[in-house]
Amino acid sequence: MSVFTIEAGLALLGLALLLLEAFKPDISRRTLGLTAIAGTTLALVLFFFVPHDTASLPGFIQPWHQLDSLALFYKGFALVITILVLWLTLECAPYLTRFTVDGKLAEMFSLPLIVCAGMMWMASARDLVTVFVTLELVTVSFYVLVAFARKSAFSLEAGVKYLILGALSTGVLVYGIAWIYGATGTMSFDGIAKALANPATSKTTALFGAAVLLCGLGFKVAAAPFHMWVPDVYQGAPTPVTAFLSVGSKAAGFVVLTRALNAFMAEGSIIGSEIQAFLLVIGSLTVLLGSLPAMFQTSVKRLLAYSSISHAGYLLLALACRESARFDLSSSSVVAFYLATYLPMTVLGFLGLGLMRANGLGEDIKDFTGLAKRNPLLALLMTISFASLAGLPLTAGFLGKLFVFLGLADHGYWGALICAIIAAAAGFYYYFKTILAMYTTEGTDVPSLTFSGLAKAVAGALALIILILGVYPKPLQKVLTPDRAAVVAK
Amino acid sequence: MSVLELIIALPLLAALAVGLGAPARAASLGATFINLILVLYTTVQYWGKTGLAFTYSRPILENPSLSFAVGADGISIILALLTTLVMLAAIWQIHDRPAIFYISSLLIGGGALGAFLTTDVFFIYAFHELALIPTFLMIALHGRAEPAHRKAVAWKATIYLGVGSLVLLAGLVWLVLEFSGGSKLTFDLEALRNQARLNPLPDAKQAQIFFVLLLGFGSLVSLFPFHSWAAPAYATAPTPVAMLHSGVLKKFGLYGLIRIALPLLPHGVHVEWVQNALLLMLLGNILVMGLVTIHANRLDDTLANSSVMHMGYIFLGIAAGTEIALKGAVILMFAHGISIALLFGLCGRMRNQLGTLEYNKLGGLASHAPAFTVLFAFGTFASIGLPGLTNFAGEVMIFLGNFTEFKAGALTNLQWTVIVALWGVVMSAVYMLRAYRGIFHGSPATGLFMIDPAFSQRVPFIMLAATLLVTGCCPWLLLNLMKSAVVLP
Repeated sequence: MSVFTIEAGLALLGLALLLLEAFKPDISRRTLGLTAIAGTTLALVLFFFVPHDTASLPGFIQPWHQLDSLALFYKGFALVITILVLWLTLECAPYLTRFTVDGKLAEMFSLPLIVCAGMMWMASARDLVTVFVTLELVTVSFYVLVAFARKSAFSLEAGVKYLILGALSTGVLVYGIAWIYGATGTMSFDGIAKALANPATSKTTALFGAAVLLCGLGFKVAAAPFHMWVPDVYQGAPTPVTAFLSVGSKAAGFVVLTRALNAFMAEGSIIGSEIQAFLLVIGSLTVLLGSLPAMFQTSVKRLLAYSSISHAGYLLLALACRESARFDLSSSSVVAFYLATYLPMTVLGFLGLGLMRANGLGEDIKDFTGLAKRNPLLALLMTISFASLAGLPLTAGFLGKLFVFLGLADHGYWGALICAIIAAAAGFYYYFKTILAMYTTEGTDVPSLTFSGLAKAVAGALALIILILGVYPKPLQKVLTPDRAAVVAK
Repeated sequence: MSVLELIIALPLLAALAVGLGAPARAASLGATFINLILVLYTTVQYWGKTGLAFTYSRPILENPSLSFAVGADGISIILALLTTLVMLAAIWQIHDRPAIFYISSLLIGGGALGAFLTTDVFFIYAFHELALIPTFLMIALHGRAEPAHRKAVAWKATIYLGVGSLVLLAGLVWLVLEFSGGSKLTFDLEALRNQARLNPLPDAKQAQIFFVLLLGFGSLVSLFPFHSWAAPAYATAPTPVAMLHSGVLKKFGLYGLIRIALPLLPHGVHVEWVQNALLLMLLGNILVMGLVTIHANRLDDTLANSSVMHMGYIFLGIAAGTEIALKGAVILMFAHGISIALLFGLCGRMRNQLGTLEYNKLGGLASHAPAFTVLFAFGTFASIGLPGLTNFAGEVMIFLGNFTEFKAGALTNLQWTVIVALWGVVMSAVYMLRAYRGIFHGSPATGLFMIDPAFSQRVPFIMLAATLLVTGCCPWLLLNLMKSAVVLP
């Protein structure tokens, strides 16, 4: 058994669930959901026991797939977020079914499995074709998921927007791939890196191709100026899907970006410095265009959408800082660390939103008024999540930001550093605005709010992870240690 | 395990326990009292020693190197003493309030202790932030004003302090990058200091970094012109929060300058443009805020503004940078913390009993509340700088410390500043004595009635007043703790 078998198994399980629901319509959604969760959990467990080297993969897939530490990290990441999203869907099911046709939810449990398999394959991609195919597998599944609450106009609007812009960005991406192929004569990342190190390669062609490709990927990770779809889509999509988009899809986009940039900005690349400048500009724009509008949002879901844009900006800035001249802190490890800390805090935030929704509350900041009185535990957990998203020290979110700041200062990118600091200051404002609302007591004669014991356990565990990683990040040391040998070894 | 870890953990654990439903008052007072004993114990242990003691380090990340490292020298111990004394008084005087008052006081105190007793820049910064959050929340939620007004006040403080913290973070990041030897980034203050000693930066660069740190730390200490958040925040904050923030937490910025900025950048403060900028800013604190304070017509406004004004003297000690002046600055930090906490505590009690603090409605309270009057007098006279109370020792040392290199006929900018700043002492006397006379003497105001608090309620204030008297008469008690040089040659 190899990692590939697990991934294929997940995709097959997704298909099987889809068929099962079609031929046995009276099957309960609980059974479906639990099967999906059990399958993914089993995959996660097996994932730890199968061999972790490229040679263990079936021979036919080896030219396209690799298993390095980056791939393994993101594969684990994809499994964890999928389990959490499936469970969150189950938790929100009673509310969600009000907006679906016939109260059915089957695809909400089967499609995430396919997305998960796609993300896992994407993490291993060795060439642009694999990237394209897996990216589409993920994106097409998301088209369905985003528009799933069909009776809600918001969800439909979100679905259409995501579909149109997603399709457009796919086109841009393919166009970029074609130019790269034209410039370098190859699709594989190693080949591209080699070709770009060769001064005979046409610089203009390669640069144009790389820039177009980055624009296409920019859509996927919500980088400015390609971020306009995010607030509407995040707001309209069912909350579990929003969480999935915001964590899973973003992580997938960044793993591809990391791979592509490793090729474009490799040692001696003819377009390295231009790409770096491009990333700095896009990253600075993204942190600002994410954070500043977030200050004026009244809906917490939209606020989280804008904040997710600004987080993407920090990640882009991290990617712009290649290996430091003096310090052992490489950009891909900072990105991995940032994403690993981003997972628990974002999922916890959306989990809280989902639970509020399940209790019949809205998603506006004013609906959070007096939450501390209605349910002190939920208020505390949301506070931890928001404080960490804001980057408060002693929570997981601070360290990632700190490393980004360190990288920018180390390279002397002062302009970008100032943008990042302004964005962080704005972040403090909008998150604490929401936190303050939760603890405001006046005018709150609303009934208390309840949620299940399992939800408490999961949310509590996520909050604990945030706090523990904030003061004891050592478990993530491995992620941070650059492991160049594995990246180079093929 | 070091005793310092226990001192930091105890208030945080107590806050957690109260949050989970433990009896608020008993748990908080118990924890704070044990903490005071522990701090006194470390003080006795440290007596006569020099350098860092009680060090212990737990690595939490290897690369970049981060560790939860504790350690204390005389300055940290004096500030830990200040924190525990004020925390005990602040918690003790809470009366008939919800548990959140206890939790936030414990968190502010615990955060301050963490900031003073850890030796890793990461945790020094992080603990201070931890203490700021409950401050904002308490002002916004339980401040003494209309909801809209107190929220505005809390936001103003949040924005100033939040941006100040980020500027500070940028300065600290810069320091870490400059002084991490080898290929690993390190946040350990001792390692950074060693590196600064071995490879000092050129003066021009030191000046730049020092200035960034000065802006960052300075806005946390309400350095003019970044001061306008402070007075309304203190006037609005619930009593224990006002006591703890103005008394203790605000000292963090000064502590950071003395512990981090000066040792790593010993020449930064002496570069001319930085020094002149600092002198102008601190004169703003002393003279502008002195005049503002004279015009205040409510006791809480007077106290809040005076607390901003007195920071100017401590900055003066830092600007001088001599051993005497810096030690004076530390003593004045301690003295100001105790005296302003005493005054805010008494002021809060007066507001509860009288419902107003406006001078033109008050008068003649001494005849009803003699014990209260005496306690208030301690705070008043300490604040003015009367010999025999601690503030005097600190101020005199700061003034003298500026004249260690005095040449007749050639006064430096520093020395001119001292001469001008001395007028601030006169202003202090004007507003504090006027407040004291107006409230406690003269003809009793009609319709206002106030009696002495019960003895058990007086204890925290007596404790603070006694501290002022004891350390004021015997400043060597504090000086003996600071035998090692503040700024290493």
